[in-house]
Amino acid sequence: MTRGFRIAFRVVIMALAAISAILMASIILWMIGADVSDTFYTIVFEPLTKMLHISEVLIRAIPLCIIAVGISVAYRSGIINIGAEGQMAMGLLAFTGVALAFPDVPRPLLLPLALLASMIGGGIWGFIPGILKAKLNVSELLSTVMLNYIAAQFYSLCLRTIYLDPAEQVYGTGTPQSMKLTENVWLGRITGRLHYGILLALILAVLIFILMWKTSIGFRMRASGSCARAARYGGISVGFYLAVSMAISGAFAGLAGGVELAGVHRRAIEGITNNYGFSGVVVALFGGLHPFGIIPASFLFGLLIYGSTLAPTKVGVPANIVQVMQGIIIIVIVTAQMVLSNTYFQDRVWRKYQALRKKEV
Amino acid sequence: MIDIITNMLAMCIPFSVALLLASIGEMFNQRAGVFNLGCEGVMAMGAFVGMLIPFLAGGGGSVPQWYNALGFLAAALLGAFFGLFFGLVTVTFRAPQGIAGIGLQMFGVGTAGTLFRHFVGGTQSIPGIPDVDIPLLSRIPFLGDILFSHNVAAYLAYIFVPIAWYILFKTPWGLKVRAVGTNPRAADSMGINVSRTRYEALVVGGALAGLAGAYLSVAQAKMFSDTLISGRGFIAVALVYFGHWHPLQIMGGALLFTLAQTFQTIVQSMGISFPYELAVMLPYVLVIVVLSFTSRNQTTAPTALGKPFNREIRT
Repeated sequence: MTRGFRIAFRVVIMALAAISAILMASIILWMIGADVSDTFYTIVFEPLTKMLHISEVLIRAIPLCIIAVGISVAYRSGIINIGAEGQMAMGLLAFTGVALAFPDVPRPLLLPLALLASMIGGGIWGFIPGILKAKLNVSELLSTVMLNYIAAQFYSLCLRTIYLDPAEQVYGTGTPQSMKLTENVWLGRITGRLHYGILLALILAVLIFILMWKTSIGFRMRASGSCARAARYGGISVGFYLAVSMAISGAFAGLAGGVELAGVHRRAIEGITNNYGFSGVVVALFGGLHPFGIIPASFLFGLLIYGSTLAPTKVGVPANIVQVMQGIIIIVIVTAQMVLSNTYFQDRVWRKYQALRKKEV
Repeated sequence: MIDIITNMLAMCIPFSVALLLASIGEMFNQRAGVFNLGCEGVMAMGAFVGMLIPFLAGGGGSVPQWYNALGFLAAALLGAFFGLFFGLVTVTFRAPQGIAGIGLQMFGVGTAGTLFRHFVGGTQSIPGIPDVDIPLLSRIPFLGDILFSHNVAAYLAYIFVPIAWYILFKTPWGLKVRAVGTNPRAADSMGINVSRTRYEALVVGGALAGLAGAYLSVAQAKMFSDTLISGRGFIAVALVYFGHWHPLQIMGGALLFTLAQTFQTIVQSMGISFPYELAVMLPYVLVIVVLSFTSRNQTTAPTALGKPFNREIRT
């Protein structure tokens, strides 16, 4: 098998994957009678035409990047974290709690403290499924989803009761939201709504790269993920690293919540999590579970998410289309990966190809 | 007090049907060795299509009952199609089932939401299926309300439970399904087509998940919304573990979880001063607790669950 054939094989499979993904999305768009090419243009290119749009894309890329980097840590350690949505909600609650409790603490102290609280909140919420998986063999796919629903309910309970804005009680509008948080927990803004969380996200991605590829802890995590039995034979406490990786993953999701709150919303309201937890899974997979792949991937998906908010007014396509695309992308990616890693299939194609060449000669 | 208990128990049977159908379907998938986490998405699609047909026929007004039946049929067909699609991904291409299931879930929920906004628009109710009082039996005090005055679909779903048991344990097809889920290599060497059997199980499971979704929208809520399914697909998957892959135990589990869900309805309707959100949380907490107790030392689990089969590779 020649090197050229291997590369060509990869390229063809990836192209087929991309084409089938676009085709599937087009079928759904065709069903609702939308102009397919116009819709793709609106979602993928329209946001790049104005500076304002680009900054909005980046705002969405920040939490995506932080969450996806965390998810990649868990995924590499052999546990799929689809609970980032709930972990983010718990991070939001912890951040809001600190900000409401100590409004007078000076900013250099309070902001790091609140961000740390959001990491702890999310980290605990991630640690629970991790330890349940390690000790009791509970499927993390189910426990994290359940924790998502629990966190969502808990979040709205808190907003409705202990965090409720006193002004809401006075005027009685009943919107479940906290009061505007103290300026001491605000993240500065660069331009428009774009905040300095973007630098934080990039730094965190680099830190995770160092943790996973340059330290022995990262090595042990990756070993546990790629072959748990071999890792255990090598003296690695697989269960421990499983729980730790989930705690890290949860802490990142919680931090994403804290950053989002400090940079964009600055008060706890409903719907901040905005499906970022699930999108983070797609970003992590699309970025090849590597921090340096995740950074561009999070920009791309920030683009899709922002583009889909333009779609209802511009081309009359519901914003849910982004969820459809994300689902398709997950399925297509995992399928393409399997096809690429199937050496038997590659061998068969190679033999067919050679047989064809002989005929031509 | 006795009224409250009767009310709670009377809600159990009709409200448990969606969970029951979906987890019986998931049981067929898992018995064949395929872990289908996309159940939630298939239910969403089934729920949408199930309500779309009677809605388009009657515009929200009353329609002949056979339109509802048509809705159920379309939901089952669509679910079966999704089963085929999931088979293509996980059986033919052997993609990892957990993450592919998440993809299917997002695809299903997203598509249902997209199509719903286009074809229906906002919250629209449909007349749904009327309750049928079984003559004589429904007049038994206490038991009559609980057991014998529900809609036809609920009765049919419960009649299906022993049928599912019979199919799984007493027919050649059921034996094949269990064989490919327990030891696909042995099944393969006995001439059973592993891929084909898994596809068949996925089609059956998908159709049942579609029906479960249609039941939610047509018979139970009588409308569709993005949050209609709200994790029932995932609970259904957990119920399969809880019920040890056995239809009758799954039925017990479905009733137990529905009892936990009716708790929130009781809290709402009785006006008890108890945080509503905590009541909504209850079934989800219950799932985690139950899984914690049942996941270790699972001896009844299909041994090939979650493992793609490749006859070219020796393991």
